[in-house]
Amino acid sequence: MAYLAVEVSGAGRHPGAWRRSDFPGPDVLLTPGYHTGLAQTAARAGVDFLALSDTFAAPGAVLPTPGLPTLGLPTLDAVAIAARVAPVVPEIGLVPTVTVTHTEPFHVSKAIATLDLVSSGRAGWEVAVSRTAAEAELFGRKPAAPTADLWREAAEAVEVVVGLWDSWEDDAVIRDAATGRFVDREKLHYIDFTGEFFSVKGPSITPRSPQAHPLVVIREEPDSLPVIAEWADVVRIAVPDLAAAHNARAWIRAAVDAAGRDPDAVAVLLDVETLIGADAAHRLDDLGPLDPSSVRVVDTADVLVDLVETAVRDGAVDGVTLVPLALPSGLTVIADEVTPRLAARGLLNPRRGTLRDRFGLTRPANFFSATTIDGV
Amino acid sequence: MAKKQIHLAAHFPGVNNTTVWSDPQAGSQTDFSSFVHFAQTAERGLFDFLFLAEGLRLREHQGRIHDLDVVGRPDTLTVLNAIAAVTTRLGLGGTINTTFNEPYELARQFASLDHLSGGRAAWNLVTSSDAFTGENFRRGGFLAPEQRYDRAQEILDAARRLWLSDRSPVEHRGEQFSFSGRFTLPPTPQGHPVLIQSGDSDAGREFGAKTADAIFSRHGSLEAGQAFYADLKGRMPRYGRRPSDISILPATTFALGDSEAEAQENGHRIRTAQVSPQTAIAFLEQVWGRDLSGYDPDGPLPDVDPDPGAEITRGRVRHEKDPVAVANSWRELAEAKGGLSIRELIIETTARQSFVGTPRQVARQMDDYVQGDASDGFILVPHLVPGGLDEFVEKVIPELQDLGSYRTSYTGPTLRDHLGLARPELAREAPPVTG
Repeated sequence: MAYLAVEVSGAGRHPGAWRRSDFPGPDVLLTPGYHTGLAQTAARAGVDFLALSDTFAAPGAVLPTPGLPTLGLPTLDAVAIAARVAPVVPEIGLVPTVTVTHTEPFHVSKAIATLDLVSSGRAGWEVAVSRTAAEAELFGRKPAAPTADLWREAAEAVEVVVGLWDSWEDDAVIRDAATGRFVDREKLHYIDFTGEFFSVKGPSITPRSPQAHPLVVIREEPDSLPVIAEWADVVRIAVPDLAAAHNARAWIRAAVDAAGRDPDAVAVLLDVETLIGADAAHRLDDLGPLDPSSVRVVDTADVLVDLVETAVRDGAVDGVTLVPLALPSGLTVIADEVTPRLAARGLLNPRRGTLRDRFGLTRPANFFSATTIDGV
Repeated sequence: MAKKQIHLAAHFPGVNNTTVWSDPQAGSQTDFSSFVHFAQTAERGLFDFLFLAEGLRLREHQGRIHDLDVVGRPDTLTVLNAIAAVTTRLGLGGTINTTFNEPYELARQFASLDHLSGGRAAWNLVTSSDAFTGENFRRGGFLAPEQRYDRAQEILDAARRLWLSDRSPVEHRGEQFSFSGRFTLPPTPQGHPVLIQSGDSDAGREFGAKTADAIFSRHGSLEAGQAFYADLKGRMPRYGRRPSDISILPATTFALGDSEAEAQENGHRIRTAQVSPQTAIAFLEQVWGRDLSGYDPDGPLPDVDPDPGAEITRGRVRHEKDPVAVANSWRELAEAKGGLSIRELIIETTARQSFVGTPRQVARQMDDYVQGDASDGFILVPHLVPGGLDEFVEKVIPELQDLGSYRTSYTGPTLRDHLGLARPELAREAPPVTG
C-alpha cells in the first residue's frame, strides 16, 4: 500500500503550464470552481490528501521567472481555498501550506483547527518558512534570516500551535444549567509558552477540533530535520532517485526515533513530478526546459505505477506526492489512468475516515489532561 | 418615489452574553452545521450579509476565565470561506482586529475571501489597545489608546493600495509599519471588500464617515437614532461622499408572538434566560468591582458600596459610568419597583428587545425607524443558535415585503450590489503632477 498525495499550485509545477491552449487562462485561478474541480478530481482518484502550496510572494511576482507572466500567476491564500473546498468535496484530506516566519502562531492554530471543523476532520497543515528578502519586505518587521534560525523559530511556532490545539480539553463545554456554567474552566489551559523568539499565553479561542491534531506535514529541507523529528506526521522528500529516497527515509526515521517517537507513525512521501501520456515527452518539449526538482516521470501511467510499486515494495518510501507539471489535465489523468492501476495492484490506501485515520494515526490524548492524570 | 429600502444583516449568535445556551433548542456555536443553518436562513430571508464577531482572548472575571457565557468560536476568515461554499448571494462579514495582524497578510486573506465568494466579503475593522489580548501574540499588542484610529487608518490605506494596485509595486512607509512588494492578486470582484466600522466616539464617527461602507451603531430610541444618523451622514460631504454611500445598521434584538401579549411574555422569558442567577451576580460584580459571590441572587442588593477603582473583568468592554452612581440608581430602582431582588433588578436593567410584537407590528416598527431616518436597516442579534432567525425570516420578512420596504429577490451577485454601493477606485492616489 502506498500513501498518495497530490500537490496543486497555479497551473501546475511547470512555470510555462499556464500558456497551454487547454488552460483557460490565469484568471481561472481566482475562481472557486477551478479549485473545487481539482479537489473533486483528486477525491474521485482516491487520493489521501491534496497539498495546497502557498507563499506570500507569488512565484515570478518578485523576480521575473522564465515562462511565467510578468506579474506571476495570481495566488489565493491556501487556507481560504481549502475551507472553500471542504464543505462541497467529501472524503479527501486538505493540507494547505501555512508559513510561520511572518505569521502569528495563534492565528495559524485556530485557522487550521477551523479547517478541521468545517471539513469534519480532514485538515492538515504543511509547515513552511519564508526564506526570501522579498517576503520579509512584505511585512517589514524583520530581515530575512538564515534557514537554521528560521527552522528554530518554526519549532517554537509548531509547539505553540499544537499546544493551543490542546488548550481546550474535549469535554470543556458542559452547559450545566444547575450551576449556570457553560464551560468548565478547569479544562481550559493557559499554555504559557515562552521561547527564544516569542511568548504566547493561551488558551485558544477555538475548541479542540475533530482530529484534535490535524495532520502535520513537513518537507525535508536544510535545517528542517529537528522539527520533523519532533512534530511531523508526514514528511515530504524531494530527491533525484529511489536510492537517495531510501537514504533520506532512513535518516528521517533515525531522527524520529532519537526524538523518542515511533518511526512507524511517520510516513515519508517522495515528490514525483508527473506529465503522463504516450506523448508526454513531446508535451514537455512544448512547455520548455525545466530542471527536475525531484524524481520525475514524463511517460505513460504504467511507468509511473511501476515506480510507485517499486518505491514502496523496496521500502524506499511509504508513499508519494504526485506533483503534476500541468493542471488540471495532469490531475485528470491521475484519476483516469493512474489510480485505477494502483488500485488494481492493491496499492491504494483502503482506509477512510479522518485524515489521521487514513494515516493509521489515533486521535491523540490531550497533553493537559494526560498531565493531570500523571499528576494524580 | 420608491420607498427607502431596509438593509438587514445577521449577527451569528455565538460568544455574546445575549446568547441563551440553556434553552433546549440551543445548538453548538462551533459546529459547522450551525453556521450552515444560520447562513442559509439569512440567505432565504434575502439578508445583505451574515456577520461574525471576534475576540482573541477568552474573557476573564476575577482573574479567571469567565465560565457563565458561551465560550469558543472558530477562526473568522476560515469559517466565512466555508460558508461561501454553501451560499450563493449572502454577504460574508467579519471582525478582524488591526492590532494583531499585518496589513499585507490581512489584505491577501480578505481578497482571497472576496474572490472565492464571488464578491461577498466585508471587513469590520476593529483596533484594540489591549495588552491583555496582546499576550496571545508574538508582537505583543499594546497600542496607546489615542493611536487606535491612526493604526486603523494606516492599515486601511495600506490594504486599499494593495487591493487596487493590480500587482504593481507598493511601498508603504508609515508610523505603524513599513513594507514593500507586489500583491499576489488583482482587484477583487467588488474592487475590494466592503468596509464596516463601529466606533461611537467622535474619532470613530469621523473615521466611519470618511472610510466606511456600513456602520454598526447602538440601537436607541427613534430620536437617538435620528441624531446619530444625521450626525454621521452630516460628516460625509467633507470627504466628498454622498449620504447613500454608507448604510447605518444599529444592533437590534427582537421578540415575536402571535399576539402582542405573547410577544411581551416571550421577551421577558428570553431576558430571564439571558440572566441566570450566577450571571446576575457577575453583572453586579462588574459594577461593584468586588467579589459578591456570598450574596443571594434572589435577595436584595448589597449594602456595601462599589470599589470605584477596581477592574474585575478583562477581555470585554467595561462600564464607563461612575460605579457608585450606578449602584445608587439601581438601589432606587429596586426600591421603586417594590423591592426587586438582585436578579430581578439585573433583568430589569438589561435592555428590553428593540422590537417586540406580532410579526406585522415588528415589521411596522422597523419600517418606521428606517423611513424616519433613524437608520438604513439593522443588524439583527438573535438569542439562539442556530435557529434564532428562523421565525423572523418566515414571518417578518414577508411583512416587510408587503410594506414595500424590502427586496423580493437579490438584484446582483455582490455585497456591494445588495448595499447599493459603487465599485471603489483609488481616486486620490494619482501621482502629483510635476513640471
